Amino acid sequence: MASFVAKRLLASVPVLFLVVTLVFFAFQLIPGDAARMYVGGYATEEAVEAARHELGLDKPVLVQYANFLQGIVRGDLGKSVQTRRPVVQEIVPSFVNTVQLSLAAIILASTLGIALGTVAAIKQGTFWDHLMTVVALLGISVPVFWLGLMMAYYFSVTLHVLPSAGKATWQAFLMPTVCLAVFSVAFITRMTRSSLLEILGQDFIRTARAKGLRESVVVGGHALRNALVPVVTVVGLRFGYMLGGAVITEQVFAWPGLGRLLVTAVTQRDIPMIQGALLIFGASFVLVNLAVDVVYTFLDPRIRYR
Amino acid sequence: MKAETGLNKVLPAVSRVEEPTSRPIESLLNEALEFARDYKLAAAGAIIAFLFVLTAIFAPQLAPMDPDAVNVRDALAPPSPLHLLGTDNQGRDLLSRVIWGARMSLYISLAAIISSAIIGALLGMLAAYYERLDMWIMRLMDILLAFPAIIVALTIIAILGNGVNNVVIAIAVYHIPQYARLAQGLTLSVKQSTFVEAAVATGNRDSAIMARYILPNIMAPLIVQTTLLIPAAIMTAAGLSFLGLGVPPPTAEWGSMLQNSLQWASLAPHVMVVPGLALMLVVFGFNVMGDGLRDAMDPRLNTSRRGIRTNALMRAARHVGSAATPAVAAPAAR
Repeated sequence: MASFVAKRLLASVPVLFLVVTLVFFAFQLIPGDAARMYVGGYATEEAVEAARHELGLDKPVLVQYANFLQGIVRGDLGKSVQTRRPVVQEIVPSFVNTVQLSLAAIILASTLGIALGTVAAIKQGTFWDHLMTVVALLGISVPVFWLGLMMAYYFSVTLHVLPSAGKATWQAFLMPTVCLAVFSVAFITRMTRSSLLEILGQDFIRTARAKGLRESVVVGGHALRNALVPVVTVVGLRFGYMLGGAVITEQVFAWPGLGRLLVTAVTQRDIPMIQGALLIFGASFVLVNLAVDVVYTFLDPRIRYR
Repeated sequence: MKAETGLNKVLPAVSRVEEPTSRPIESLLNEALEFARDYKLAAAGAIIAFLFVLTAIFAPQLAPMDPDAVNVRDALAPPSPLHLLGTDNQGRDLLSRVIWGARMSLYISLAAIISSAIIGALLGMLAAYYERLDMWIMRLMDILLAFPAIIVALTIIAILGNGVNNVVIAIAVYHIPQYARLAQGLTLSVKQSTFVEAAVATGNRDSAIMARYILPNIMAPLIVQTTLLIPAAIMTAAGLSFLGLGVPPPTAEWGSMLQNSLQWASLAPHVMVVPGLALMLVVFGFNVMGDGLRDAMDPRLNTSRRGIRTNALMRAARHVGSAATPAVAAPAAR
């Protein structure tokens, strides 16, 4: 097991390296002078030169790239152009907020999604199944920002029962969590339904039924356990996407997360901050993928021996 | 062969073209009707999508007013006979803005998805055809896929700045890997076919093999993919505009209309409801249609109760594929 994890960790190093390289060179394409942006439009030529030296922009691109890599290894992602504080100091607390929100959302999404998907599969072809299908399709189609606005309007402006912004109380978690979860609920419902339907058609289920096991044991004990293997992958991937895809939800509810930080950074063209946020997103996605693989081998021991 | 070529020269070109095309179109219509009967929800989605496309094309004729005409006296007016969906904070007619917004959404999504389909399919075919390229192309694709759409789009906007065409580029880049992956997988399996082997043996150039033998045979799944990615593109474009990083404000676009409604929603909720509903309806329509198409083409569902009906659409999809490049079997005669 340990060697499997180690192997997968090693395999993700080149991927991370490529992410870092892409993030560095993509921003070399930006028109304009980063040093001038750092000191502001009215600064003197000397100040711009001083900033250029301070930021290391007077060195050749490859040297800058090497410095960038060294900085990452040391945990230094440079200074924000806007706040002048180290990027890491800005990013870490925001990322913690995003993780909290995503965890809440993925728990809600997987519980609800697996429950609804199971109902739809057991009641295949009935009214309930069709209802779930339509609800799931609606869930995939609803624009998150619009759903967020409508909820905020109803619960905050009209009823005054929930706060519309920030994360001061536990109530403030409710709307952003639901908003972020909706797409994944729909996705997981559909995945669970199709996966369970496939399993329910197999021979060992017929055997279980022939033995005279109760239907709840057949579905809950035999079928669901097998059907959930692909669902776990989807849950993991959705979680990875949530960490980055919370951008819009965070913006609607003024949630102080990494997505909101990224939008602000893009608006202000704060390049070190954008690069830092992208690296965190990339790294967390790679780690989530790794975690999914490991969980997968627990659920389905056949994979380990391949 | 020579005699036939001579004969072809004598015959008017029209008579040769007409016969083979008229029949597939007729049967394609039949297949479409069959599909509508079997997949009612998907057919409803197709109607919504069709109406959306019509609205977008005929926006100048359909919109009752100028979408950008400011009339402060009528600001935030609720729906009335004059303004069927009411007005926004500057008194602009919401119905007209929603109609023009459809045009913007269609332009962005089509331009983006078609570009990514072309580039992605090309990269996927190259990766599958030349094994040396596979590693490089597909690793790059995997990395792009590791980020959510909105992050990739935001990064590209950060580099290029905002504006309609930069939104198109941002969305196109994000969807390239999805086409590349699909095209790569399909090409790998088509490459094994005897007719590709025959084409190689008869000394065709690689580019000719890809264009004439492989592409027509991987076309149908790529088209289904497109129906599923257009709504995704519409949504991402609206999301970018909502964040203030997409289509710049005075232009009528659903995302920026929602962004603008933020301040006024408590006074006049309709400014928030209208563009959101339009967006949701269109995305729902495309999703349901694409979903039905994919189900109909999925061979794993063949055994279920949809059984025989499925084949109707697979045949239809093949028609679409072969109609685009009608040269699957013919060149073998050369």
